[in-house]
Amino acid sequence: MSVYVQGILFLSCINLIAVLGLSLLTGFTGSFNFGQAGFLAIGAYAATLMTVKVHAPFAVALVTGMLASGLVSILLGYPTLRLKGDYFAIATLGFAEAVRLLIENLEKVTGGSRGIPSIPTKTSLGTLVPVTLAIVWVMRNYIASRHGRNCVAVREDETAAQAIAVNVFRYKQISFFVNGLLAGLSGGFMAHYVGFIQPSMFGIQKSTELIVMVIFGGMHSITGSVLSAVVLTSLPEVLRAAAAWRLVMYGAAVVFIMVVRPEGLLGSWELNIRSIKAMYRGASQFFRHLYLRAFHGTA
Amino acid sequence: MIWQEIINGISIGGVYALIAVGYSLVYSVLNFSNFAHGEVLMIGAYIGFYALTALRFPFWLAIALSIVLGGVVAITLEKIGYRPLRLRKAPTLYFMISAMGLSIFLQNFTLVTIGPNFRTYPEVFSFDPFEIGSLSIGSLDLIIFVTTAFCLGLLTWFIYKTKLGVAIQAAAYNMRVASLMGINPDLVVSIVFFMAGASAGIAGVMFGMKYTVYPWMGSLTIKAFIAAVVGGLGSLPGAVLGAFILGVTETFAAAFVSSAFRDLFSFALMIFIIILRPGGLMGVVVKEKA
Repeated sequence: MSVYVQGILFLSCINLIAVLGLSLLTGFTGSFNFGQAGFLAIGAYAATLMTVKVHAPFAVALVTGMLASGLVSILLGYPTLRLKGDYFAIATLGFAEAVRLLIENLEKVTGGSRGIPSIPTKTSLGTLVPVTLAIVWVMRNYIASRHGRNCVAVREDETAAQAIAVNVFRYKQISFFVNGLLAGLSGGFMAHYVGFIQPSMFGIQKSTELIVMVIFGGMHSITGSVLSAVVLTSLPEVLRAAAAWRLVMYGAAVVFIMVVRPEGLLGSWELNIRSIKAMYRGASQFFRHLYLRAFHGTA
Repeated sequence: MIWQEIINGISIGGVYALIAVGYSLVYSVLNFSNFAHGEVLMIGAYIGFYALTALRFPFWLAIALSIVLGGVVAITLEKIGYRPLRLRKAPTLYFMISAMGLSIFLQNFTLVTIGPNFRTYPEVFSFDPFEIGSLSIGSLDLIIFVTTAFCLGLLTWFIYKTKLGVAIQAAAYNMRVASLMGINPDLVVSIVFFMAGASAGIAGVMFGMKYTVYPWMGSLTIKAFIAAVVGGLGSLPGAVLGAFILGVTETFAAAFVSSAFRDLFSFALMIFIIILRPGGLMGVVVKEKA
């Protein structure tokens, strides 16, 4: 595999981990998180400080990053998740900016706006890909479980969910916590893949990119998120020339999706063996029909 | 010293108030936060800038242009991004996402077409400060304050004293019942977006004169949003109160702690208020009904 393709695979997996968390929180539970980059930043800095300052093993550093980000999401979620979605969205947006400012200004620990250079690049495809696949599998099962259905119930109608004895706040909190863990993990992998971190890597633009990936693939589909994370990570690499117009098109596409097909590319449809088989069957029937009509005059 | 900081805080709070009112207006009628509001402000600022520099319009004409075009842009955005969702009775989440899409689009479109340069408004007013005793007030700050007060007064008059204003209040209370009473919901929403856009247009010119104009200046309006949340989303007097509280908090934080931590203080203020009073200072917590 060429280094270039490997690079895309690395970034796709790293983005996908953060997107899966966001998919659970925003897509399935319905809480709009505008500040995913803030959680990435916490995970990235916590993991990096562990490897650079404490010389901890990579796995310990990653877990530290996850837990740091998860803990912060519990603390932030406690006051904000009880409120209406708007407050939560703006709180996460403000939170991400606050994290970035804090990192920029705590120069002694974080290196300020110049960041932390020469982090050992310990992320390898051998660990990243299996971990990503495992997370996809766990998330898929979680969504299919009773708990996943409860999340969907919270998204569809909080009052109705409460009426059938779903603890709305608790499910939101679990989703937010899992989102924090995954974002932290993604940040840790990212820092140890790129080799340096700076606060400017965790701006609003990063949060936007991640949320756009969730919306593109279908807010109610795990495999949709997988598909869109891979496609949207490799697209800008392929279309380098149009780099400046990329975000313009993202914006237009998001509005278009909301107006025309708000459930996104796959909607609540999951890609699996059965659905691919069904798609194949449908397609082959269609082509058979065309063939018969064109060459035998029967239909 | 303290009085001077309070004056500075009120002057920045005035601009926040003008933007926050736009958020609250839209929220009160449509029950969602219009994240694209900041981009209307940015467009208003650019319109004012080009009217003054490229077209050499007099100042009053430039500001009138950004008021009208700001309103028109806001209505257009509503027709493109929100109206289809409104007709389909889509959940609030979709409105927020659509607003985010509009905001990304406008911001990056400006970035690609006009460029990332910071542009400075030509000096329309002299910046000589007034001296009152030991206090000094910038003349631009004073003009901004007077303009803000005038606009807010006009808005209040319109909403509480005119027939259309009463229609807006009715729609804010219950859109469905209001439309049964012969109020055209499309018209009300358009008027609300026009008012929000027009106030963003003025605020854009004010912001441009006080600071500079650049494509991502719309993200500054997160401060105004915080003000609207602190005051209570959907409440106009709340938005104004929240804006002044935020302005004063910010200048105090910058003066007595560190200007680097100013934004942290505004964020902390919001979280603090949300914990103490979930509906904001003057808002009411409306329980969702089945």
